[in-house]
Amino acid sequence: MTATGREEVPASAADTFTADEIMTACAARALADGMTCFVGIGLPSAAANLARATHAPNLVLIYESGTIGAKPGRLPLSIGDGILAETADAVVSVPEIFNYWLQPGRIGIGFLGAAQIDRFGNINTTVIGASYADPKVRLPGAGGAPEIAASCREVIVVVRQTRRSFVDRVDFVTSVGFGDGPGYRERRGLTGAGPRKVITDLGILEPDPASCELTLTGIYPGVTVPDVRARTGWELAVSDALEELAPPTAAELAALRQLQANSTSL
Amino acid sequence: MAEIVSLAEAIARAVHDGDQVAMEGFTHLIPFAAGHEVIRQRRRDLTLVRMTPDLIYDQLIGAGCASRLIFSWGGNPGVGSLHRFRDAVENSWPGPLQLEEHSHAGMANRYVAGASGMPFAILRGYSGTGLEALPGLDGQPAIRPITCPFTGERLTAVAALNPDVAVIHAQRADRAGNVQFWGITGVQKEAVLSAQRSVVTVEEIVDQLPAQPGAVVLPTWVVDYVAAAPGGSHPSYALGFTVRDNDYYQAWDEISRDRDRFSRWLAGEVLAGAGPTAGAGAAATGRGA
Repeated sequence: MTATGREEVPASAADTFTADEIMTACAARALADGMTCFVGIGLPSAAANLARATHAPNLVLIYESGTIGAKPGRLPLSIGDGILAETADAVVSVPEIFNYWLQPGRIGIGFLGAAQIDRFGNINTTVIGASYADPKVRLPGAGGAPEIAASCREVIVVVRQTRRSFVDRVDFVTSVGFGDGPGYRERRGLTGAGPRKVITDLGILEPDPASCELTLTGIYPGVTVPDVRARTGWELAVSDALEELAPPTAAELAALRQLQANSTSL
Repeated sequence: MAEIVSLAEAIARAVHDGDQVAMEGFTHLIPFAAGHEVIRQRRRDLTLVRMTPDLIYDQLIGAGCASRLIFSWGGNPGVGSLHRFRDAVENSWPGPLQLEEHSHAGMANRYVAGASGMPFAILRGYSGTGLEALPGLDGQPAIRPITCPFTGERLTAVAALNPDVAVIHAQRADRAGNVQFWGITGVQKEAVLSAQRSVVTVEEIVDQLPAQPGAVVLPTWVVDYVAAAPGGSHPSYALGFTVRDNDYYQAWDEISRDRDRFSRWLAGEVLAGAGPTAGAGAAATGRGA
């Protein structure tokens, strides 16, 4: 299963883009060159690989399979695809990746997805419904996320925004954001700073420095504040400095589409 | 010293009804052929242990082999749900499945404790999450706070895992039963060393293990049974021998979504098959399905 597809993306394709594409481009821009990044699969992985393919060629991608410094030329389907091991600077065991690399705070950014996220940035990937024992929907569970959210120096969440996914309180706290508000992380001994940005298909939310509540700080062209409020399950605060975020550049779109073309034309 | 036997004999001798079984392999080197043999031998009431249940446990759960599951992430990687796992949890089909769930860091450390002969492991983890409050299979708290005797810091303790049997897939063994695997090595070393018994399926059995940088070697005297099962990690993969069949992982979403379709898959691809090449046989029919 080698990547052979090299389809040219016509320049005109940059004129239009999807909500997922602008979300992925904005998430990629949040990663500076030379950072270390613990990458979750799916949307975060796409954004991290886009960053490495564009402005951040020295971004160090770390996957929970123990692959450190992976340099895939296409988007992996899983955190354990062979291309991650084949291109990594080092491949370590799973106990080692969590104990030696993540736990001491060695990794700068935790890049996570979510099924449900709440106003304090807590993430649920365990169950939907009031009862853990009798769930409405059984989700996959924790994986590496609780300790990524606890121990990376900062966390960025990439998630599509809907009223079902953006809730006042998550049904189950799989991974802690700011718990019930200011001081929670410190009280619970979580060493990292917690979520810095939540990047969605509508814009960007950031925690208010005083209340820790997720606040709308950026919005995509053509999206309105009422649009975002309609897809938020709590009374969403909006920053006084709300900015319109730049659309993806032609280079970003071409790089993202190339990564995706390489992944699907196996 | 490890005995080199057929896969059917290894499973018959090592895996018994009611056992706690850890079939490990973190996305890479998942022992599917061995899992299918467990299904064919109709083991029941197993407590399955695995960080990522993946398709292999979706299949064992759907086939009715398991009563309990200890795990940390139960999805189809990059695709979505494990539908047989969900059907068991949400609807008790084909029977109820009792869960004990952890984070990856917690599970990895539980294996480390088991391999180290320690009753528990310590980590910075779980703090503030809902996982802290969930009971273990015995109804007692599975995740407990512990205070560092040196610093007074509050940390988390998780109990050792010591499965009755560990099952893994490796690239190679030699004729004496020494085992060698490389690439993403996951928790397989810890799983084997923590277990009472172990079964290792391999891509090939060679006269002498060649030097392989970064490889884990398990000496024959910590392994009980070695069985040749070329292609036996499909649709997972064995680096250097096979590639991950991502199409199959995507096709599994459809196969497993419906009970009847799953049951037909089980009858055709597993129960009708036999021996160590059954996993490779499924490869041809499953690809692009």
